[in-house]
Amino acid sequence: MGTTASQLGKDLLSEYQVSAQNAHKRFTELLTKDEKDLPNTRVSMERVLTLPELKSNPFRKRICYVFSTSEQKDGSLTFEDFLDLLSAFSDSATLEIKSHYAFRIFDFDDDGTLDCGDLEKLVNCLTGETDETRLTTEEMRQLINNILEESDIDKDGTVNLSEFQHVISRSPDFVSSFKIVL
Amino acid sequence: MARNVNFDLNHPLVEAGLESPIDEEGVHDSFSQLIAEQSQNGGPSEAFELQQLQRDLDEEGRDDVGYLSSPGHEFRGSRQVRRDMEWEDDETQTDPLIGERWSSATMKVLSSMPSRTIGRSRGAIISQYYNRTMQLRRRRQSRPAIRDFSRSARPSIRGYGMEADSIDAEGTEVSKRERLVNNLQNLSVSDRVRMLRAMPLSVAEKSDLRMLALQKEKRTLSSSKLPCCSRLKYYIIIAARQSWYSWLSFLHSLQLWQVALKRVSGRFGTGVLSYFLFLKTLLFFNIFLFLVTGAFLVLPQAVHPPVLPAERNFSGLELLTGAGYFSDTVMYYGYYCNYTLHKSCRDDVGGQNVSVSNGTRLDCVSKHHSYNMPLAYFFTIGVAFFITCIILVYSMSKSFGQSFRIDNSHSILAIKVFCSWDFKVIKKTSVRLMSENIGTQLKELLAEVNHKNVKNTACQKLWRLLVHGLAWAICIASTAACVTAIYYFSDHMHQNLQQRSRSTIKDPLLFEASLLALPVMVSLINLLLPGLFNLAAWMEDYESPSVRTYVAIGRNLLLKVCVLGVLCYHWLGRVAADPASIKLKCWESFVGQELYRFLLMEFIFTLLDTLFGEFLWRLFSERVLKRRRKPVFDIARNVLELIYGQTLAWLGVLFTPLLPAVQIIKLLLLFYIKKSSVMMNCQAPRKPYRVSQMTTIFITLLCFPSFLGASVCVTYTMWSITPSSSCGPFRELKTMFQAGKRWVEELEKDNPNLSLLARAHAYLVENPLFLFLGAGIFLIVIYFHSQVVDGQRKIINLLQEQIENEGEDKKFLITRLQSIHEQKRTPARRLTSQDSGC
Repeated sequence: MGTTASQLGKDLLSEYQVSAQNAHKRFTELLTKDEKDLPNTRVSMERVLTLPELKSNPFRKRICYVFSTSEQKDGSLTFEDFLDLLSAFSDSATLEIKSHYAFRIFDFDDDGTLDCGDLEKLVNCLTGETDETRLTTEEMRQLINNILEESDIDKDGTVNLSEFQHVISRSPDFVSSFKIVL
Repeated sequence: MARNVNFDLNHPLVEAGLESPIDEEGVHDSFSQLIAEQSQNGGPSEAFELQQLQRDLDEEGRDDVGYLSSPGHEFRGSRQVRRDMEWEDDETQTDPLIGERWSSATMKVLSSMPSRTIGRSRGAIISQYYNRTMQLRRRRQSRPAIRDFSRSARPSIRGYGMEADSIDAEGTEVSKRERLVNNLQNLSVSDRVRMLRAMPLSVAEKSDLRMLALQKEKRTLSSSKLPCCSRLKYYIIIAARQSWYSWLSFLHSLQLWQVALKRVSGRFGTGVLSYFLFLKTLLFFNIFLFLVTGAFLVLPQAVHPPVLPAERNFSGLELLTGAGYFSDTVMYYGYYCNYTLHKSCRDDVGGQNVSVSNGTRLDCVSKHHSYNMPLAYFFTIGVAFFITCIILVYSMSKSFGQSFRIDNSHSILAIKVFCSWDFKVIKKTSVRLMSENIGTQLKELLAEVNHKNVKNTACQKLWRLLVHGLAWAICIASTAACVTAIYYFSDHMHQNLQQRSRSTIKDPLLFEASLLALPVMVSLINLLLPGLFNLAAWMEDYESPSVRTYVAIGRNLLLKVCVLGVLCYHWLGRVAADPASIKLKCWESFVGQELYRFLLMEFIFTLLDTLFGEFLWRLFSERVLKRRRKPVFDIARNVLELIYGQTLAWLGVLFTPLLPAVQIIKLLLLFYIKKSSVMMNCQAPRKPYRVSQMTTIFITLLCFPSFLGASVCVTYTMWSITPSSSCGPFRELKTMFQAGKRWVEELEKDNPNLSLLARAHAYLVENPLFLFLGAGIFLIVIYFHSQVVDGQRKIINLLQEQIENEGEDKKFLITRLQSIHEQKRTPARRLTSQDSGC
C-alpha cells in the first residue's frame, strides 16, 4: 500500500485528527492481495459500501460520489479520499466543514443548489423504502413548500449553500449527528 | 470591484455555453465579471445537464413574450410589494427562477450564478476564504503609529499596512490562490490554524496551502529582521501545538469504552449514547476526587496509622452496612488524627501518640516530614470542591453555548429534514426504525404547522385545567406523604437507637443490619414514585413531547430534592446536634456509614429495577402481551438516578474520604450492566429527543441542585456544627473551620508581616457583603448580555428582509434580460419566416 500512515507526516496526521492507523487498517481490509502492493490504489464504490459504517446508510452512494476524486466520477476512493471522508465526519471537523459536505451530499443533481427534486429525493431517503413510511404526494408537496418558505431567504425557489448553512446553524444537534466513528 | 456593466445586446451572451459548477474556470463573484467573461469566450463549452434544458431547446421558438413581460411589468418599481400579493396572481408558476418558460440561454445564465457556484468549486472556496482572511487581517491589524507615515494632509489615506503587500501592487495576473497564501502568511499562527481548519477543502490541498504559507514565512523570517521574542513566541506556539496533538492522540489511544459506546450508538443513536457519555463524565469527576483525597488524606494517614482500640472481625455484612470492621479504618472520618504527623518521631514516641490529644508539636520535631493533618483535611476537601465547581461551571457554560440558539422556533421542518438523520446509526433494523420515526415525526409536524389548532372551547379548556391540576395535586401529595413518612420513620429509628443504646447490645450484627431499614425505604420510594408520576402524565396526555419530558424531570427532581433535604435535616439536625443521646462517640463516622449504605442500596435497587423493569418487562410484553416493540429506554429517569447517586457521593466526601472509590466501582459496574440490558431489552425512544438541549439540562441539574446542595451542606457542616470531641481531625475545635483560622493565626504569630493578609482573609471570608457584591455584578453582566442578544435578533430580521429585497431585484433583472433577448430575437425570426415564406 503506497500511502501508509507514517508517510503522511506529522502535519497531516494532526490535520486529520482521526486515528489514521485505524483507518489504514480498515482501508487495507478492502483491498485484494495484489492491490496492497500498488501505490495509491483506488477502491471501487461497491467495495467501499461493504463497510458496516456505510452499508445501511441511505446516503451511502452520495457520500462516495462527494468524496471521490476520480475523473470518471464513479465514486471510487483512494486512501486519501477515505481519510478526507473520516475527517469530515469526525469530532474535530467544524460546523462549517460539516455543513458544506452535508450540502454536497444532499445535492443529488450536483447543480449547486437544493431544488424541489433534491428535496424530494432527500425526504424519500430519510423516510425509507417501504410505502407505509413514505409521504404521500400531497404531503411531500406541502413539506417542500414549507421547507422553502422557512429556508429560502432570497425567494429564488432553491436553497443555496448560505441558506442551508443558516438553517443548520440553528440546530445544535447537527454536529453530533453528522458523525461517523470508525 | 465595480466595473461598468455592459448590457450591449450585440454581445453573444446567449450563445455562450454553460459551465458546470465544478469547473474551476467558472468561478465568479460578480455579475459583471460573468458577463465580461462570457463576452470574451463566445464559443460553446461543455453542456450541462439540466432537466429543463432539453425541453427548452425544443421549445426555443415557443417563448411567449407576452406572458413574460407581465411579471416584469409588475416588478418594475414595485419592490415593496409583498411576496404573497405578487404570487397570488401567478399560481401556476411555482418556481419563479426554474420555471419552464425560461429560454435555454437564461437557464445557462442562471446555472452559473455566483450563489449557485459558491461552495461547489475549489476556486469559489478559495475566493471566499480570501475575502475572509482579508477581513480578518483588517480586524487584527492595529492602527499603525502616526510617526511611521509621511506627513500627509489627509489622515484617512493612511492605510492599515495593506499597501505594503507587494503582491497586490503588482497586478492582476496573480491568482486568487497566491493571494490567499499571502493573507494566510500575514495572519498570526493561531488565526492561520483556525482558518485552515475551517476550510472545506480536501486535506491534501490544505497541507499544500499550509506548506506554502510556512515556506514564505520562513523566507520572510530569515530575510526580515524580526525581533527575537516574536520568533521565540512562534517556536513556542509550534511546540505547544505539537505537544497538544500528541497528548490528544495519547488520550485517543486510551479508548475507554470506545468499542462499547460505538455499538450502543450504532444501534440506538445519539440519545441513548448521551446517557452513557454522562456516566463517563461522572466517572471522571469521581476519579479526580478519589485521586485528590487519596493522595492528600488517605495515603498519609494510612502510612502513619494511629493506635486504636481492639479491631473487630470481618464479617460479610460490612460490605452492606459499612460498619463493623470498616468503621475503624481509613475509610471514615474517625480514623484521622488531629495532630501533625511526623515521620521521624514515630519510632521513638510510639504509643504515646494517643495520649497527646492537643499536641501540636512534639519535641523531636523535624521540619522536613511534618504533615498537618487537620489543615490538610480542611483544605483538601475545600480545594476539591472548588475545583469540581469550576469544572462543572465551565462544562455547563460550554454545553449551554453549544445548544443555545437565538431563533429556534422558525424553521422546524427544515431543521427536521436537514439535521435529523443520525449518521452514527449502523445496524439495519435501527436504520429502518429511525426512518419510520422520522417519517412519523414529519407527518405530525406537517399537520401541526399547516393546520391551525382547533380552538378549544371554554369547557374543554376548563376540563384540561382540571386534569392538569389533579395530576399535579396527586404528584405533590404523594411526594409530601413520602417525605413525611421518611421524617417520621427516621425519627422512629433515632428513638430506637436511643433505646437500644441505653441497654446493652445483644447482637451487634443484627443491630447494624437494622440500620439498613431507612436506606431501603428511601430507595423504594425513589423507585416507585416516578412510576406514579408517569401514570399521572399518561392521564394528562400532553400534546408536546418535550413539555411532557420537562414535567417528568421536574416532578422527579422535586421528589429527590425533598428526600435529600429531609435526610440532611435528620443527619445534621438530629444526629449531629445530640450525638450523646445515641451514645455515639463519632457522629461523623456514623453519618459517613449512613451515606455509604444509601449509596449501596441505591445501586442494588437500580440493579433490581434493570432486572424487573427492563428484562422481565420485555419478556412479559413479548410473550404475554404479544407486542412487537421492546420497552423504551427512559433516558431522563436514568440520568436523574445518576445525579442522585452523585449527590450522595459529594455529600459523603467530607465524612468518608474513600466514598469516591466506592462510587467509581459502582459506576463501572453500572456501565456494563446497563449496556447489556439496553442491548438486550430496549429500543430507542420513539419521540424526538433533542440531545444537546437535554445534555445541557442534565449538566445544569448536576451543577445546580446537586452540587450546590451538597456544597451548601458541607459548608454548613464545616461552619457551624461542632465536631465530635473524641475522634477525627477536628477534635477539640469549636467548628471545623477553626482549623484554617488557627493556621492563619499561627502564621501571623510567626511572621507579623503577614498580619495584613490574615486580616484581609478574615474580612473577606466572614463578611457576607462580598458575596452580595459579587452576585450583583454578575447579574448586571447577565442583563447586558441579554440585551445584546435581543439586538442581534433584530439585526437578523433586518438582514433577512434585505436579502428578500435583493432576491426580488434579481428576479427583475432576469426577466428584463429575458424580455430583451426576446425582443432581439423576434425581428430575426420574422425575417427568417419571411424568407422561408417566399
